[in-house]
Amino acid sequence: MKAGRLSLIFLAGALFGTGLAISGMTDPGRVVGFLDVFGAWDPALLFVMAGAVGVYGLGMLILRRFQNQNLKLPSTASSPIDRRLVIGATIFGIGWGLGGFCPGPSLANLGALRIEALVFVPAMAIGMFLAQRFVGADQ
Amino acid sequence: MYEYTLWHALIGGILIGLASLLATALSGKIPGISGVFGRLLVPATPDKRWRSLFLLGLVGGAALSFLLLDGAAIFRPMRPLAVMATAGLIVGFGTRLGGGCTSGHGVCGVGTGARDSIAATLIFVVVAMVTVLIYNRAVL
Repeated sequence: MKAGRLSLIFLAGALFGTGLAISGMTDPGRVVGFLDVFGAWDPALLFVMAGAVGVYGLGMLILRRFQNQNLKLPSTASSPIDRRLVIGATIFGIGWGLGGFCPGPSLANLGALRIEALVFVPAMAIGMFLAQRFVGADQ
Repeated sequence: MYEYTLWHALIGGILIGLASLLATALSGKIPGISGVFGRLLVPATPDKRWRSLFLLGLVGGAALSFLLLDGAAIFRPMRPLAVMATAGLIVGFGTRLGGGCTSGHGVCGVGTGARDSIAATLIFVVVAMVTVLIYNRAVL
């Protein structure tokens, strides 16, 4: 990948991290507040998802019309809904509810050197490594 | 100190969507965070540079936001560190087995209407809600 494209992807990452921080999703209290449907329910995560899903979906519809040699988009076709997907999503859900961190916010909190992230992220890397080593990574 | 509102949630979400869109156009891949990160741990992955830069940008952008926007820096620890370590291990394993997390399945997959991502997202959200319910009953 060329240098110009690489610096733009760094900026895309920075935009992602900024979005996560502004949205409040880097605060586990807010995430657990959303997941705690029988407690003092916090709807914020729903608004974050609405904004992100809407912009991404609409943007991809528009980008599809401009595909060329320099703009190659990935396939967005669905993979089969198999045992692997169901079990993986279930395991992820348990971890998400347990810690209040999903991968993006955990990495973002490294930016504040928060001890929760410094503990969570290496453990997550080990979990990913084990999945990829012993059950095979998805491709 | 600005007061956090649902507008911040919506605007932050829009930025996440734009960032994901930009990263998709630049990389030609679905830029889910668990996939981008997980594949960095596989020696044979050919395109490590953009993956590293994207994640470095994510950490840097968040760091800058935490410094400049006090509303974004709100952080309420919810769990003891032993629980965080266990959760990290589980999240890492599950996201790689299930092929995505809140960004790859939740934002990109749901955004393009992929049936597998919609199913995965429904599953992990409901399971996480049940987990919080059980944790609150059992521990708190």
